[in-house]
Amino acid sequence: MADSIALTESTYYILLSLISPQHGYGIMQQVEQMSGGRVRLAAGTLYGALNTLCDKGWIILLPSEDGSRRKEYKLTEKGKNILIQEVNRLRELADNGERILKEV
Amino acid sequence: MGMEKNMSMKNDMNAGRDLPAERSNTMENRKTIRKWFWVWDFEKEENWLNEMALNGWVLENIGYCTYHFVRCEPGEYTVRLEMHPYDEAYIQFMQDTGAEYLGRMMMWIYFRKRASEGSFDLFSDIDSRISHLDKIGKMLSMIGGANLLIGIVNVFNPSRVGWINLLVATLLMYGLGRIHGKKESLEKERQLHE
Repeated sequence: MADSIALTESTYYILLSLISPQHGYGIMQQVEQMSGGRVRLAAGTLYGALNTLCDKGWIILLPSEDGSRRKEYKLTEKGKNILIQEVNRLRELADNGERILKEV
Repeated sequence: MGMEKNMSMKNDMNAGRDLPAERSNTMENRKTIRKWFWVWDFEKEENWLNEMALNGWVLENIGYCTYHFVRCEPGEYTVRLEMHPYDEAYIQFMQDTGAEYLGRMMMWIYFRKRASEGSFDLFSDIDSRISHLDKIGKMLSMIGGANLLIGIVNVFNPSRVGWINLLVATLLMYGLGRIHGKKESLEKERQLHE
């Protein structure tokens, strides 16, 4: 699959919330907060997405610290580039939408 | 791949004891119901478990065709179930999000979470619902295919046991069709939005 493809909303917000290291529940809370309560990731969906993103090398699993059983994840450089591409794509979509609707 | 099938049955027959509304000892705070659900009716099973919770009985444990309930406040819990291969890390992950692991029956795992701790869903987008149906479909087609093969090999066997396998295979193929139908309608939706 080409990396230039549109991200799903879940993927986009998961990647955004992993700019700094975060565990699963933290991601769920942060995404909900960022989207003003609109996007709620369910645990099963998040778990599947995290595994897929690790396989693609967009995020990595951090070595677990002593005493913590929670796994932490972090965005990679590759993931960050994907995000930058996606923000540009979304900007194009939003700009076109605004421009055309304004002309109506 | 695009073929999914399901199979799997969950059972239940009815051995449920109905207890009076007043419960003073532990026996009366628990009940067991035997019930059967076909695998492709997993949503029906989940709805039934949540209706039980709304009526003050929440799932606590699960056995073969057997559901063990304990008294709760009506609506205190949300119950969810999912087909998921054995995965300790996943159960740990779910527990970290505040869900309680209730047990496993064949390939199915059961969770509950207090409603006061927020809404509880296992899947929040169409993609993950589709991939769950895919998993169920793969399992059904594998078991259905095996039965078909055994059935064909044995059908000319004088004992005629092969017919049983052929019947099972037919049933599983029916289930597979049901799962495929669910998946198709999700995929149609997916063309318009996430």
